[in-house]
Amino acid sequence: MAGEAAIINTAARASLWLQPHRIVLVLIALGLVLSAAYFMRWNWLPQYWEMGLMGIWRALWILAVTCALGFLIAVPVGLAQAAGSIWVAAPAKVFCTIIRGTPLLLQLWLLYYGLGSLFPQYPWIRDSWMWPYLRQAWPYGVLALTLSFAGYEGEVMRGAFAGVPKGQLEAARAFGMSRWKILRRIWLPQAFYRALPTLTGETVLQLKSTPLVATISVIDIFAVAGKVRQDTYLTYEPLLLLALIYMAITGILVLALSRIEARIPVKVG
Amino acid sequence: MLGLLHSLEIAVGATIVGLFIGICGAYGKLYGGPVVRDLLAVYTTVVRAVPELVLILLLYYAGTDLINQVLTAIGYQRVDISGLVAGIAVLGFCQGAYSTEVMRGAILAIPQGQIEAARAFGMSPGLLLRRITLPAMLPFAIPGLANLWLIATKDTALLAVVGFFELTLATRQAAGVTKAYLIFYLAAGVLYLAVTLFSNFLLGRAEKWARRGMPSVKEAR
Repeated sequence: MAGEAAIINTAARASLWLQPHRIVLVLIALGLVLSAAYFMRWNWLPQYWEMGLMGIWRALWILAVTCALGFLIAVPVGLAQAAGSIWVAAPAKVFCTIIRGTPLLLQLWLLYYGLGSLFPQYPWIRDSWMWPYLRQAWPYGVLALTLSFAGYEGEVMRGAFAGVPKGQLEAARAFGMSRWKILRRIWLPQAFYRALPTLTGETVLQLKSTPLVATISVIDIFAVAGKVRQDTYLTYEPLLLLALIYMAITGILVLALSRIEARIPVKVG
Repeated sequence: MLGLLHSLEIAVGATIVGLFIGICGAYGKLYGGPVVRDLLAVYTTVVRAVPELVLILLLYYAGTDLINQVLTAIGYQRVDISGLVAGIAVLGFCQGAYSTEVMRGAILAIPQGQIEAARAFGMSPGLLLRRITLPAMLPFAIPGLANLWLIATKDTALLAVVGFFELTLATRQAAGVTKAYLIFYLAAGVLYLAVTLFSNFLLGRAEKWARRGMPSVKEAR
């Protein structure tokens, strides 16, 4: 019975979605896609698709690493602003303001060209084990994206920490929990649940800022598209495909994160 | 300094274009027919899902090329579209998608009775928009729009990638010539920060002005 009802329900929803004008629009869109596939030149694809996959993998990798590291930094930054004394809160606030007040591209170039030009002047840096890494571009890209994510997310976490009802914390203290335990068991989880919807948006924003690392010669999917354009003198095809790839990644990301969001208890606080 | 001026010009222009698209888009999404609504949904989804950098590249090259092709097809001379106009149009197009969503939310936040009352007075749709909807939604829309303005100032930096001469590119060139990379980038950062802080101050004032006569947020909680 239940399965039958579910089938009827989905069928009804499908018919609700498939109104006549939608069918026409979908047909038009299909026509556009097919004509693009037919009239434009795609014969460069076999040559580059391996490189493209590599680029997608690298972009996703950068996204995952910077989000994870950025979130780890964002928690203390948010906590410092929400609960710390003025000596901790003020630097955290300044950090957030500076990161959010300047373009990411500028931060990236400042780190890569600015710091990168400074390091070779000191022999002890050149001799140290870090030098092989510092000569490459990707550490700067990861660092800049991490800091940017931490800056934006720190502000979100501040709001989330401040939004946890006082009664919860007082109850935890009444149970005799230590401060560290309160943070781990009560404060952080509840703040995290509160921040999760915003976190989804921030992650998508972060995905959209990963192509910036291509400007400092990290080969991600954006750089691959640029290379294709240079090699084949095609203007639109690589960019259109690139836009499609990003849309697909965004869609998958949003779907996955909303799954996680749906799993957490709705009633918080 | 010329770079900063160019950046600000583009940011202002793009915000104005974006606002215009936003108002039209929000109206279309709320009151338009099914086809208009679906098309606008596609527009906002696509623009918000694709990175700005990719969109800028795509529209910057494709847009100028398309206009020139259309013009030659009709029989006019090719026009040389200046980077300024192209930049404003491209960023405005991106901003439009975001501000459509902001405005839609803001219009929905207006108490329905106000709009119904205006209709009952026999106001024409244009008058209704000008006298009731826009002023009434302003307090709800300003925080979102303020964010958009800040994003716009920072997005202008992306135009450096397509070779438009604004603050970031100017900084890069100056730094390249003088080899004093760190100083120039720091200075540019300070300039951007000053713009942000200054507009934060102004927008805070504007929000207070738009909210006048309404219960304050703190009291409502």
